[in-house]
Amino acid sequence: MYAQMVKAEGAKAREEMSEQERAFQDRIDRGEKIEPKDWMPEGYRKTLIRQIGQHAHSEIVGQLPEGNWITRAPTLERKAILLAKVQDEAGHGLYLYSAAETLGVSRDELLAALHGGRMKYSSIFNYPTLTWADIGMVGWLVDGAAIMNQVQLQKTSYGPYSRAMIRICKEESFHQRQGYDILMKMCLQGTPEQKAMAQDAMNRFWYPALMMFGPPDRDSVHSAQSMQWKIKINTNDELRQKFVDQTVPQAEYLGLTIPDPKLKWNDAKGGYDFSEPDWTEFFEVIAGNGPCNTERMEARITAWEDGAWFRKGLMAHARKRDARRAAARLAAE
Amino acid sequence: MSSEWPLWEVFIRGQHGLHHRHVGSLHAPDAEMAICNARDVYTRRNEGVSIWVVKSSDITASSPSEKGPLFEPSNAKVYRHPTFFEIPSEVGHM
Ligand SMILES: [Fe+2]
Ligand SMILES: [Fe+2]
Ligand SMILES: [Fe+2]
Repeated sequence: MYAQMVKAEGAKAREEMSEQERAFQDRIDRGEKIEPKDWMPEGYRKTLIRQIGQHAHSEIVGQLPEGNWITRAPTLERKAILLAKVQDEAGHGLYLYSAAETLGVSRDELLAALHGGRMKYSSIFNYPTLTWADIGMVGWLVDGAAIMNQVQLQKTSYGPYSRAMIRICKEESFHQRQGYDILMKMCLQGTPEQKAMAQDAMNRFWYPALMMFGPPDRDSVHSAQSMQWKIKINTNDELRQKFVDQTVPQAEYLGLTIPDPKLKWNDAKGGYDFSEPDWTEFFEVIAGNGPCNTERMEARITAWEDGAWFRKGLMAHARKRDARRAAARLAAE
Repeated sequence: MSSEWPLWEVFIRGQHGLHHRHVGSLHAPDAEMAICNARDVYTRRNEGVSIWVVKSSDITASSPSEKGPLFEPSNAKVYRHPTFFEIPSEVGHM
């Protein structure tokens, strides 16, 4: 989802594990949290860096499609709300980078890997936000899908990641509600044009939102190891199903049609049957060929490079002042 | 010289007279900026009335391998808990 295709390393059966690895797995099975200084298998550490890093990147790249509308929000109140929402996403990125850093990688290294195309972020942020209804749709569907994923990750085995998730979850429901509120205004009180705009946004975002949970379980080669380590709690398909079941009545309330002729309640399974997204499109977007991949990376890299003189300047100032203070202390002694 | 900002640990005291509590970490060039950043990153919803920041490199932590020698001795000292002692109900609240 925010981490869609994380390659997990070193799947091992219990008999193949060393004594140390077995003791580690036992701790996880008992529900203990693993903390930064504890011994951990190299594969666990590497997989977590990939997953948390990808999650962090998604939070900050996710600011771009929404940031696009801050200056064009229809009222001052909507603008202030959107600004606060986008600021929260920056915070989420920072909590997650800090969690990744406890595994022995620096934030600058992670950013360099993102900018160099060696690390990914969620496919969803490579779609454009063309109208104000898209901002409603992003809050409702995209943050909604993110919440679905993040709620289960609060129980993840790595302490710093779990704590970051708990913090993030506290802040997310505001995001989803502000999006739904935008759509309620447009769909229930709006003009026919505004309703049509909301339906158009729904048509464009539905399948990309379903893709956020990652490829179907039948193709999800790395899930088993990640679930054994409890860095993933539910499977992609389980979460996708939950998301659809939760979203359908919300769409009905708005009077929006989900663009899926096969969508139908299935009494036997107690959930909806629905069409899968186009997985070829998904893999194309992940590979860098989505509608906005180039634009997003350009925006990131430009921001990073334009800020370089500022980061350096503040650092030089801090060093100079430290030196001056040290000299004054010495003189006073 | 590297321009990567150092890491700071952030401690926040909430509204109700509790201790400062560790909430996470962040990067900043110096202590003053660390406080400013901590305000933006960790107190967007009134989480605190006071912030401490400490350079992460200045923290000394106990190591997981010392867990036994450090903490096990207290397990045997159950008499440190008031429930260890049976007090007759006749004497009233104690
Ligand atoms: Fe977020
Ligand atoms: Fe969010
Ligand atoms: Fe988000």
